[in-house]
Amino acid sequence: MILKATALGFSYPGRDRAVFSGVDLDIAAGEIVCVLGPNGIGKSTLLRCLAGLSPPSAGTVALQGRPIGALSRAEIARSLALVPQSHDTVFAFPVRSVVEMGRAPHLGWLETPGPDAARQVTAALDMLGIAHLIDAAYTEISGGERQLVQIARVLVQAPHLMILDEPTAHLDFANQARFLALVRRLADAGLAVLFTTHAPDHAHLLADRTLVLSRGRKLAMGMTQDILSEAVLSHAYEVPVRKISFGAHVAFTVDVR
Amino acid sequence: MPRRTGLTTALLIAAPLLLFLLSFLLGRYPVAPLTVLKVIAGRFLPIAPEWSPTVESVVINVRLPRVLAAMAVGGGLALAGACYQGVFRNPLVSPFTLGVSAGAGFGAAVAILLFDQRYAIQLCAFAGGLAAVALCFAMNRFHRAGSTIVLVLGGVIVGALFTALLSLLKYTADPASKLPVIEFWLLGSLSSVSMADMVPVLLVSVPAAAVLLLLRWRLNLLAMGDEQARIMGVEAARLRAVFILFATLIAASAVSISGIIGWVGLVIPHFARIVVGPDFRRLLPATLSLGACYLLAIDDIARTISAAEVPLGVLTALVGAPVFILLLGRGGLGWA
Repeated sequence: MILKATALGFSYPGRDRAVFSGVDLDIAAGEIVCVLGPNGIGKSTLLRCLAGLSPPSAGTVALQGRPIGALSRAEIARSLALVPQSHDTVFAFPVRSVVEMGRAPHLGWLETPGPDAARQVTAALDMLGIAHLIDAAYTEISGGERQLVQIARVLVQAPHLMILDEPTAHLDFANQARFLALVRRLADAGLAVLFTTHAPDHAHLLADRTLVLSRGRKLAMGMTQDILSEAVLSHAYEVPVRKISFGAHVAFTVDVR
Repeated sequence: MPRRTGLTTALLIAAPLLLFLLSFLLGRYPVAPLTVLKVIAGRFLPIAPEWSPTVESVVINVRLPRVLAAMAVGGGLALAGACYQGVFRNPLVSPFTLGVSAGAGFGAAVAILLFDQRYAIQLCAFAGGLAAVALCFAMNRFHRAGSTIVLVLGGVIVGALFTALLSLLKYTADPASKLPVIEFWLLGSLSSVSMADMVPVLLVSVPAAAVLLLLRWRLNLLAMGDEQARIMGVEAARLRAVFILFATLIAASAVSISGIIGWVGLVIPHFARIVVGPDFRRLLPATLSLGACYLLAIDDIARTISAAEVPLGVLTALVGAPVFILLLGRGGLGWA
């Protein structure tokens, strides 16, 4: 077990209402887990708690058997890497420098990335099909490209678990497909992947298990094919959701009136 | 590209050395270039002095401390400015953003009124600068969710506080004797710097600069933002405090001998970014070199242009603004 969260809850200091509570979640090597839920339900906050960026107000998070609060940022970063939903910076660092930063948790205070890191950067960019961006300024590429650069940074960081916050939000249709295939390949190689999405289709295509957060605090967690039912999704999103099967393909849709 | 990079590096190393030697030739008392080299070498090597004691005195006691001070203050303020900009992820920030200059000005004014001795003014200016930044950090602690924005806001408030206190001191100062001294201190000058003044400055700022240069790759990580830095394994708050501490030590010790010299700490980092790009691995050494060259050149102008010296703080912007505007037309700023 790489990550295990027990009875996790979060509420902002000074407010009674919990953003979420009673979340149990675990993820093992090579496993893909998806988190679904409507806007504002606390998906990103959940990911921040799991990554040790925000201390939860209830429950525990254990990273490879050790409580995450007791670990240094470098220890956490060697096992777990997060790709935020969007990221901006002021300085126009070249993509090469940004991806190289993934080596930070593996280097001492006075060490800097060397030729090894440079090779890892090229390999990661190749794998994501964005080798041509290596000298581009991070501030001048598109949101989708920036997200791919962040994923390249995670590959260089070489963690056991990759957490992605809405990784497909900025990607076009083809890049979504490429991204889903990449995640599958990485999981097959042993990386655990946890991601949030607004597309139940992606959960269906990729996730071994799925967690659905909904407003009534009623949570559903289990094998993806069991969870992704019209009943659970309709309850979570508070609109009637239709599941359409065509051969081996499954798609989810809603009526627009 | 690597060829150009190599040439740029060579120029950034050669320029301050050349300018250093050239600066000894400028001034009322003419000294031959070879003699300058011999006099300086004579301090370390057993060379029989074939020059007059006057020449020795001009080179060692008059020009050397001044040249060293200009390079240390210019390089130091530029380096500190680049660090501040990286830490605060804001290209409009300067080493004076957290109130170093206001605190130092107040400290210097207190010393001018109470003691009127050079070393006391230097010490009080240094302490005042550090106190202002410490106050900013204390304010940030006081705020529940302390952030860099609150820290910068703290700098504005602390700056205003010390400026008000300074105005109060100026109002009470004797306008015939004390007030002009305070005013001239605030305008910035290196005209009366001695070797004895330089020793404490170098003892503080050389090790501090070494720390900043050794950690400079980590400034890239901090400049990506706190959250992103933490994701990449950096204890962001602690690292930021380290950078601010050492950059502040440099800025405060620079101000303690030069008075308030603006512009260098804000604009030289931009200038350096145009030359070598935004990666702090190349940016920090470049700011050090360009800052040292810039203030040395400006100080050379200040002491040769007329018999009465033009205050440095005035000249830095008067000469620098047109130069910077010209550069702006030429290329990437390195930030967006």
